[in-house]
Amino acid sequence: MLRASLRNLVAHKLRLFLTALSIVLAVAFVAGTYVFTDSLRASLDTLIQQNQPDVTVRPAAADFSPEFQGAGEVLTVPTELTGAIEDVPGVVMASPQVLVPNVVILDDGKPLGAETGGFTGGTAIGGDWPDDAFNPNTIAVGEPPVGAGEVAIDTGTADQLEVAPGDTVTLLLPSGERRDFTISGTTEPRAGSNFGVSFVYWAFPAAQELLLQPGQATSIAVLAEPTASQQVIADGIRPLLPTGLEAITGEQIASQVSEQLDSGLGFLNTFLLVFAIVSVFVATFLIYNTFSMLVAQRTRELALLRAIGASRGQVLRSILAEAVIVALVASLLGIVVGAGVARGLQLLFQAAGAPFPSAALVFQPRTIIVALTVGLVITLASAILPARRASVIPPMAALRDEQPRTRGLGRRTVIGGFLLGAGVGLAVMSPQLAEYGTTNAAIMAGVGALCVLIGVLATAPELARPAAAAIGSPFRGVVGRLARGNTRRNPRRTAATAGALTIGVALMSAISVLAASTQASVAGIVDDVIGADFVVTGYGFQPFSGEVSAAIRATPGVAEVAVVKQAPARAPGTGDTLITGVDPQDIQRALSLTATEGSLDDLTGGTVALDSETAAEIGAGVGTVVQVLSVVGPVDLEVVMVYEAAGGFTGYVVDLPTARELGASQQDNVVYVVKETEADATSVEADLNLALEPFPNVQVLDQSAFKDSIGDQIGQLLNFLFALLVLAVLIALLGIVNTLALSVFERTREIGLLRAVGMLRNGIRRTIVLEAFIIAVFGAVLGMVIGVAFGALLQRILASEGIEKFAVNGAQLALFLALAAVGGVLAALWPAWRGSRLRILDAIATE
Amino acid sequence: MTTTAARAASLTKIYGEGEAQVVALDGVDISIDQGRFTAIMGPSGSGKSTLMHCLAGLDSVSSGQVWIGDVDLTALKDKALTALRRDKVGFVFQSFNLIPTLTAQENITLPMDIAGTKPDQQWVDLIIDTVGLRSRLDHKPSELSGGQQQRVACARALASRPEIIFADEPTGNLDSRSGAEVLGFLRRSVDEFGQTIVMVTHDPNAASYAQRVVFLADGRIVDEMADPTAERVLDRMKRFDIEGNPTADPVS
Repeated sequence: MLRASLRNLVAHKLRLFLTALSIVLAVAFVAGTYVFTDSLRASLDTLIQQNQPDVTVRPAAADFSPEFQGAGEVLTVPTELTGAIEDVPGVVMASPQVLVPNVVILDDGKPLGAETGGFTGGTAIGGDWPDDAFNPNTIAVGEPPVGAGEVAIDTGTADQLEVAPGDTVTLLLPSGERRDFTISGTTEPRAGSNFGVSFVYWAFPAAQELLLQPGQATSIAVLAEPTASQQVIADGIRPLLPTGLEAITGEQIASQVSEQLDSGLGFLNTFLLVFAIVSVFVATFLIYNTFSMLVAQRTRELALLRAIGASRGQVLRSILAEAVIVALVASLLGIVVGAGVARGLQLLFQAAGAPFPSAALVFQPRTIIVALTVGLVITLASAILPARRASVIPPMAALRDEQPRTRGLGRRTVIGGFLLGAGVGLAVMSPQLAEYGTTNAAIMAGVGALCVLIGVLATAPELARPAAAAIGSPFRGVVGRLARGNTRRNPRRTAATAGALTIGVALMSAISVLAASTQASVAGIVDDVIGADFVVTGYGFQPFSGEVSAAIRATPGVAEVAVVKQAPARAPGTGDTLITGVDPQDIQRALSLTATEGSLDDLTGGTVALDSETAAEIGAGVGTVVQVLSVVGPVDLEVVMVYEAAGGFTGYVVDLPTARELGASQQDNVVYVVKETEADATSVEADLNLALEPFPNVQVLDQSAFKDSIGDQIGQLLNFLFALLVLAVLIALLGIVNTLALSVFERTREIGLLRAVGMLRNGIRRTIVLEAFIIAVFGAVLGMVIGVAFGALLQRILASEGIEKFAVNGAQLALFLALAAVGGVLAALWPAWRGSRLRILDAIATE
Repeated sequence: MTTTAARAASLTKIYGEGEAQVVALDGVDISIDQGRFTAIMGPSGSGKSTLMHCLAGLDSVSSGQVWIGDVDLTALKDKALTALRRDKVGFVFQSFNLIPTLTAQENITLPMDIAGTKPDQQWVDLIIDTVGLRSRLDHKPSELSGGQQQRVACARALASRPEIIFADEPTGNLDSRSGAEVLGFLRRSVDEFGQTIVMVTHDPNAASYAQRVVFLADGRIVDEMADPTAERVLDRMKRFDIEGNPTADPVS
């Protein structure tokens, strides 16, 4: 029987190809996800391992998540410690180092990449060019920087600026000073990649002078004798250090960074796998559908095998053997294609502004095992039902060419209807759960949505008939009638083909609705909460000099200015976060925060205002004392106000002096501006822009521009998610190709008859294309209904998180529908071409 | 005085190449009279189906010429040939004559629907009543018996008033009673409506409904008979068997 399976595979190369292609794509996404994150991990690991000094002396700041590090004041180490450290036994050399974020590279007076919305907003890390022993970089072209007037910049940034050694680069220093420097050379990392971050290096004295105060460094790097233990040396250095400093070994730093990476990459992996699972789910549909059709076509052949003595088990096994062979070959191919997917993900992330390096791809055994398992399991699961169905047909019935009566849709519809009802019930109830926690409600809604989806897919064959009639109704004439008839002929097949598209479109619609609602809600909050006429922010939300607010205050027509600072901290209920520092009086003129308890007027030194959700989570109210861990150590704060989170204001809010104590830098993060009531908004904005000319790293946004800037961010995220769903939709379209190709094959005689009685090739083509159109629109509309409903549900659940308004982006949904229809038509082109090329006589030739 | 509805001159059809070459038709000359019922008979492999396919413009010819009316089919491209089949030719095949997704009514008017022309309703009604399908018009083919399906196919062939109808073993899959009904109907359409019909068959009884029988063997016309009866046709066919029929090519 194995030979029969093999022969059968070889005999039907085309069907084999189409089935295999869907498995390949699904497996490729899974494998690609793993390869992508593993590769990223590997290149980061190289970077971490290679670049650590044996021991580092640094401020003992908390090991906050990377995104919060460097948000506050730059903490320093006295350089005078260097001598004492060098006296510690085993130390070869100690060298003070400077590394400070927030040096802005200017390109034609604007921050580099500010226009394209790069996530660093043109901000570079500035530092000294250390001794070779500690330097993770080398000079690629030119010379190391010497003196106060020279810098070296990383090669990537130099390419972006289109400059070379000898040219001039303009920098905006953290102090607010703007200066030109001569580029002495370009640098590149010894291993790994800069991950798109820009670097600027000076000789040590210049770096110290420009970025810090005399006698300061940000760390001291220690080179140990090769035989010495890092731990022993760190222990030896520790007694020399004043409080607030720590000596930490290279291994410790590497493992700390590694841990942070693990959680970050773990999240990324899970996130991508969710999309991979969607693709796998869609592919399962396609594979199931293909096997159903293949088996149905081979009913007579299988019956012949049965008639000449093959047992039911043998027939079943022969089909499953076929499935296993296809699955293995396709999965292996999928792993290879997965490399391409991983590369695609790298490009996708790069396009989304996260410049992950195009590093060498890493295939771990785990990747291959998971990919093969996924391929085998989904293929076998898809093949087993059709195989069983084929094996129970009485051989003579099949040989007499009695079409296997499509079993009544009864049981399936009943189960589907039940799931649909249960799903709707769960979904409708889930927002009630939101009071007890958004996550629980979201899980319940998700389960409900899954039930609804499966329920709809199960009942879809019932829907397919009337839906096909409705969608096809505008198409008159014999072509329309035939296409409608063909889609209604086998409602199960139509529904299964459309169902794959339904899943993809449902997810895209749900995301679209959620995004539109978020944008509308944010806009609403900006309207309701932000009383300020203008918001001044740094490009890429980077902090900016305190002189900015002074310049704004001096601008004519400006009535009120409210400054916002941020300090990184680890706080109860929020984890690693940024504590917001405001002037209680100023901020109330710019924002209308709703107090549920206490008043912002009471906000003074050592006190804090908390948003209601965080307060509820940690059980705090006015009078409660909470302890937060700041960069300078633990600090106790008394709650004096609880407010409704709104307009980006959430979490811990303290007054400005307290924020400084907690480690907020002299730089500001946001400035709200209220104009004088009678002043003209346009002229005030013009004056502000004029006043802020010396500060090219900040931008003035009026309310609508502020809304747009937030909307743009959501839009970018949205496009990224859509790109990840594209593969699922592609697989679904492949399903349409598959179904139509097999249908054309089945209908050879019918097509021949139509040609004989006078239908042109073009008529045949149009019939098949129209059939695909009907299937695609059916699937897309179904998906859209589910997706919009689910999106509405998520909006209600997340209402307490600030997504208070429900909104639908009609144009976007219409675009999805149009794309699905166009995709369906494109999917039909090849089967249609094949159909139109069939020989008339094939229909007439009697067996 | 009869005129010619279709004609073939030195019609040759060769399948395959070199060693595997099979001559299905070997210089056939034939004229089909207008308004008459012509049967083409011959043993299996005689080339009778190939002859019909070539006459009807369903298959290309290797050499020679074929006319329907004044039109030389061998000079036509696919598009023109398709339009000619649609407008001037009717077909009844042995099996699979109907589109399963269309009702009987829709199948009957299919060629005109494809052409986008309006059927002559009176004429269509007359045919539907003649074949006795008035009560089954809204049924799908799967809900009709084999005989009913074949009558629908005949009705379709007639509905567009083609210049000529080709029937390929139209009763091959039917029991004798249903077969007789279909043949009777075909004959009536010749007698009453002046329809031209060419029927390929190997059944002497079916051939007896025709007004003229052309006998084909080994791709050549070997004999013909006017006003045949089943007995005479059977006698003639038996002579083929006695004479022996060495060719056994699978093309039929």
